Amino acid sequence: MTDFPPEITKEEMGKVSLFLSNINSTFSKERSNLIPILQEAQNRIGYLPHEAMLGIAEFLDIPDIDVYSVVTFYNQFRLNPPGKHSIRVCMGTACHVGGGTVIMDAWKRRLGIDKRQTTPDREFDLDTVACVGCCAMAPVTVIDEEVQGKISPTRVDGILLGYQIERKKESQSS
Amino acid sequence: MSSEIASAYQQLKETSQSRWTDLIQGDKPVIMVGTATCGRAAGALDVLESIRKTLGDDHQDIPVLEVGCIGHCYAEPLVIIAKPGGEYPPLLYGYVTPEIAQLLVRDYVFGEDPSLEFLLGAMETNELLPSMNDLPRSTYEHYIILENCGRIDPDNIDHYIATGGYGALAKSLQMQPENVVEEIKKSGLRGRGGAGFSTGAKWQICRDSESDYKYIICNADEGDPGAFMDRAILESDPHSLIEGIVIAAYAAGTQEGYVYIRAEYPLAVQRVTKAIEQARQSNLLGDNIVGSNFSFDISVFQGSGAFVCGEETALIASIEGRAGMPHHRPPFPAVNGLHGKPTIINNVKTLASVPRIIDRGADWFSGIGLNATKGTTVFALAGKITNTGLTEVPMGTTLRDVIFEIGGGIPEGRQFKAVQIGGPSGGCLPESALDLPIDFDSLRDAGAMMGSGGMVILNEDDCMVDVARYFLEFTQNESCGKCTVCRLGTKQMLNMLDDITKGEAKLEDLVTLEQLAHDIKAGSLCNLGKTAPNPVLTTLRYFRDEYEAHIHDKHCPARRCYNLMAYYILPEKCQRSCDACVGTCTVEAIYQGKTGIKVIDQDKCVKCNTCVEACPPQYNAITRISPLSELPEAMPPMEKK
Ligand SMILES: Cc1cc2nc3c(=O)[nH]c(=O)nc-3n(C[C@H](O)[C@H](O)[C@H](O)COP(=O)(O)O)c2cc1C
Ligand code: FES
Repeated sequence: MTDFPPEITKEEMGKVSLFLSNINSTFSKERSNLIPILQEAQNRIGYLPHEAMLGIAEFLDIPDIDVYSVVTFYNQFRLNPPGKHSIRVCMGTACHVGGGTVIMDAWKRRLGIDKRQTTPDREFDLDTVACVGCCAMAPVTVIDEEVQGKISPTRVDGILLGYQIERKKESQSS
Repeated sequence: MSSEIASAYQQLKETSQSRWTDLIQGDKPVIMVGTATCGRAAGALDVLESIRKTLGDDHQDIPVLEVGCIGHCYAEPLVIIAKPGGEYPPLLYGYVTPEIAQLLVRDYVFGEDPSLEFLLGAMETNELLPSMNDLPRSTYEHYIILENCGRIDPDNIDHYIATGGYGALAKSLQMQPENVVEEIKKSGLRGRGGAGFSTGAKWQICRDSESDYKYIICNADEGDPGAFMDRAILESDPHSLIEGIVIAAYAAGTQEGYVYIRAEYPLAVQRVTKAIEQARQSNLLGDNIVGSNFSFDISVFQGSGAFVCGEETALIASIEGRAGMPHHRPPFPAVNGLHGKPTIINNVKTLASVPRIIDRGADWFSGIGLNATKGTTVFALAGKITNTGLTEVPMGTTLRDVIFEIGGGIPEGRQFKAVQIGGPSGGCLPESALDLPIDFDSLRDAGAMMGSGGMVILNEDDCMVDVARYFLEFTQNESCGKCTVCRLGTKQMLNMLDDITKGEAKLEDLVTLEQLAHDIKAGSLCNLGKTAPNPVLTTLRYFRDEYEAHIHDKHCPARRCYNLMAYYILPEKCQRSCDACVGTCTVEAIYQGKTGIKVIDQDKCVKCNTCVEACPPQYNAITRISPLSELPEAMPPMEKK
């Protein structure tokens, strides 16, 4: 399911160390805290690098493999670093019958990555969600927490073009 | 004790009422905007901003409330404007844009013109204007669980208390816990989480289990990928749920509660967390709740996105910090649950019904619905239906009434084909099953399931094999892997369905498919596996001809299956002078043929339907063809001069 994650950056490593050094002030050493700890770590670091998982296992004094098994069991946890923008294509029932697969294909084609991957420039990461409750506007894609309804392959192109222009402007002004 | 509780509650209510009237200032207009997730997706936050901006600094005193899901999701964003003392009852406006919002504020909030052109209906029956209650659908609907949704401010506990909220809790605390259990038993309430187990009986079992500590968990995992009613309640009326939990906790004698919400519902998490905080401040949670000697508290646990965690034993494993794998029942959680202690697990809708039952009495509740199943049920209508959104109907309403009278039927003049009900555990029912009165047992007999209450309507453009394959892919992905037949069996079934949708299967495969489906049902531990084959079994039962067409003729009757269908431009309809499709094709697969008409290069086409939408409706020249053998030979390209 998950490709081998890319190498951790220095900045991320800093976040991992910071998180691990503060962990015992927010959480007690109880096994039942594993999922909340992982959620918090992902919030802080953006994803769950190897180093973070090992540190958490050590903190809770449980085998590394237990942490890994929980991380890979739940859809919420990611082993890949997030992109600057997250693209979540709804694959709920209504979106499926409304053409969700076509939209997923369009994103994959344009970004050149598969589900649960991040573009090499770390601009975008792509994943699916199951029904965000906006079935009335199927097919739906959630971009950075914002739900966009009635997506078509041309809208996909349009949205990406928007980001491209934005980036060009940014690089010109800097 | 009893009188102390009564006076503590009375005091609480008076404080809330006075704070609430201070806020809405009696005779001032009140503007409400539906900002649940459905509204936000349609742009409700922009509408909200536009309203605030139009009100400007001079009119900051006019309250603008963010309310939850009003239920008419097809017409989002929705705005309600109430002018107490005015000519009209509160009015509901639909399809509101920031520009329309600006007009509404100017013309109706500041002025006297109710802007009827944007009106959806009045919120109450009246002499002047058509109301939402006069819509034909309202004769079929009966709002109990959703009655507050979109009508109260979910972020403001005063609003809930001022309208009588937490009164049922105060009433319960003055009763003996056994009598509360008795009342719920008498009401005939059955769990709305899918299986329909008697709620009173579940509480009784927990109550009777010997233990020094007990838990209650509200199951708000809502994993069905086509359902959103639990979320609507969490976002729109969190206090009803909290009140229901506290009543249940008191009745069953539990000390600690959890609301298990999936992390994909950030707004729900936020609103419930805030509601709990407010309830604590008002002493509706914590020690000695409203002056009684009952103490209890609730925390929110965020689920991490695994469908199987909606199953109660898996959910418990997940709270305990383990991978969410179900275990064998018995022992049931009510006897041996979280951390080995007796634990009640109830669905959001079940618990949200409780305050209303206590408030109005078991006899009132049991007078609604059917003999076997009392009360109402909530559906999320989605798919090929005119009025998408939420509805609540008494048990025993027919599917036909829900789809055609409430849902407004199938849009764009298309034909109804099937209704998928109950999500991945449910099934697809055809036209002939539409007169079925809705109930846990009748649906099970038809091969479907009540499940969570997701209802997705399909029309003639939907391929039933593809829909079955979709659900099976979902359950196969979500299988926790514990039981071999579930883990490997669903994978095998999926492979076979893949072959069918590619036209690579044999007729005998259908027999194997059915056999395997029955084996998985028999050999799985939890209901995920036991029900996973339902979508396949119901489509085989009601739409077998479609399976056979795929296999026999490599023909997808709905022309949906990717490998059995192609897009084709009809030469007799295509106009030489138009090249709308060429420009929009996302993969440059359309070229100009020898005679000037357009042609699709089948090797490049990704079948994304963009060209069909681009082709001007007066030409309507692009069609889908299945089987592929009927695809005419492509015309060579026009020679360049
Ligand atoms: C695979 C699976 C998923 C489930 N998902 C949910 C869910 O999302 N919400 C829910 O309330 N019940 C769900 N259930 C049912 C629960 O196990 C349990 O029966 C229910 O929460 C009990 O509450 P009730 O008595 O109020 O219906 C699921 C069951 C299975 C087998
Ligand atoms: S199925 Fe996509 S929002 Fe519901």
